[in-house]
Amino acid sequence: MSTATYAGVPVDVNDEGFFVQPEQWTREMAVEMARADGIDPLTDQHWQVIDFMRKEYFDKGTGPTVRMLGKTSGVSVKELYLLFPKGPAKMAARIAGIPKPKGCI
Amino acid sequence: MSKRIVILGGGTGGTLTANRLYRHFHHDEVAITVIDQNGDHVYQPGLLFVPFGLAKPADIVRPRGEQLKDGISYIELAVDHVDIEQNMVVIANGTEIPYDVLIIATGSVLVPEETEGLTDAGWMEKTFTFYDLPGATALAKALDHFEGGRIVVNVVDMPIKCPVAPLEFCFLADWFFTEKGIRDKVELIYATPLDGAFTKPIASETLKGLLAEKGVELVTEFNTGEVDGVEGKLVGYDGREVPFDLAVVVPLHSGAAYVSRSPGLGDELNFVPTDPSTLQSKVSPNIFAIGDATNVPASKAGSVTHFEGEVLTENVIRFIEGHELDASYDGHANCFIETGFGKALLIDFNYETEPLTGHFPTAVGMPLLKESRLNHLGKLMFQWFYWHGLLPGRDIPGIGANMPKHGKHAASSTDTPNSDHQEELV
Repeated sequence: MSTATYAGVPVDVNDEGFFVQPEQWTREMAVEMARADGIDPLTDQHWQVIDFMRKEYFDKGTGPTVRMLGKTSGVSVKELYLLFPKGPAKMAARIAGIPKPKGCI
Repeated sequence: MSKRIVILGGGTGGTLTANRLYRHFHHDEVAITVIDQNGDHVYQPGLLFVPFGLAKPADIVRPRGEQLKDGISYIELAVDHVDIEQNMVVIANGTEIPYDVLIIATGSVLVPEETEGLTDAGWMEKTFTFYDLPGATALAKALDHFEGGRIVVNVVDMPIKCPVAPLEFCFLADWFFTEKGIRDKVELIYATPLDGAFTKPIASETLKGLLAEKGVELVTEFNTGEVDGVEGKLVGYDGREVPFDLAVVVPLHSGAAYVSRSPGLGDELNFVPTDPSTLQSKVSPNIFAIGDATNVPASKAGSVTHFEGEVLTENVIRFIEGHELDASYDGHANCFIETGFGKALLIDFNYETEPLTGHFPTAVGMPLLKESRLNHLGKLMFQWFYWHGLLPGRDIPGIGANMPKHGKHAASSTDTPNSDHQEELV
């Protein structure tokens, strides 16, 4: 575990840059992380996905898989990849400040 | 008046639960009814062996009704829907079947049609699955005639039944083509949406090592967007392409279709929201669920269903007798992983403890996370126990529902999977 600084505030992240404590996340941090990943600006559709992922995480204890996102977020999987090219689950989850979705075992 | 227990699904979970409950109660206390849409009870672990000619379809199928004790009613018809408000199941011919307690044991179904192109041209000719009997049988013929080229084994997305089965398929394919004398003409590729060979770190490393040892290429974080069975390629949502001459695809899984026709019963994927410890559904106190049909964060595997069955039965009894539920399932799973050449690994884990090295069920026992001939024999012998012990609802002597800790080596960040210097958990 290490520390990263987003929007001027230090936060705990794991080796892959995922938030360890989603409560530390703010919307300003998401904007900064997205910009560093080449997404600028975050559109309403990006926010729709980010907000949905955080809600799922706090409701269920883990972020949604790609398939669940496609079925329930209101954005199709193809669109999700256009919004977050490195993969919605991995890239969107990091920007949304939640741990990497587990995928069931 | 006797209580009416209705069990949807006569597979592993439905059958063993019906038999356990039947044995517990006096025959005038409860009326148990099992409903299933077809009469073939398939020993699903056997599907892995069919493509390699190691099992014949007839070897792994028995009549469903015959696995239930006399005195349990059995109806062979599809479920149309469940009316949660009215405590009623409506079956395909329109008959209404009221219940006091409902147990959902209808497992999961394959939905290959949800992946673009998968069931189009090439399906069952160039693209196959071994996750059902027709698929496994067709694949046996294709592998028998395969003379060389690229074989891609692909998991579309989780959850799937028996998450180790696609890895076992790779290991057995390596053995199969070695025996045939054409291993040098066959490329084996394993494409998974996970970021490693498996979800749990220690087992993932061991299995990754085995794939490498057997010359199977590992493609990770591959989310299949489309399968082109004419051109012979998987296309990932991220644009990556994996070409193949023959693809063995594990399709997406969902809960049974009637769940979607039953308002309030299931989640987006038709799995039933279920308490992971008590196995009571979150839908209604008199509805319980077991096995692949639930959304609990355990593997969708027969061993999980078996261990759940013990807890579920106890809690259904408590519910009927008006006591508080207290039996607790810990997520225990136990899987043999066939690795080819007459050997297998064994993994044993639960919600909290990942698969570790050591021995099972105690310090003197079968080796964990290590290839051995003994584990392979265990896997083969299990089929006998399935029909004669597990389905009738008998316990395995010395192996309870809860995961044994004795014999397992504790994980720590400095340990390597094969370190001999590990402490036992207990």
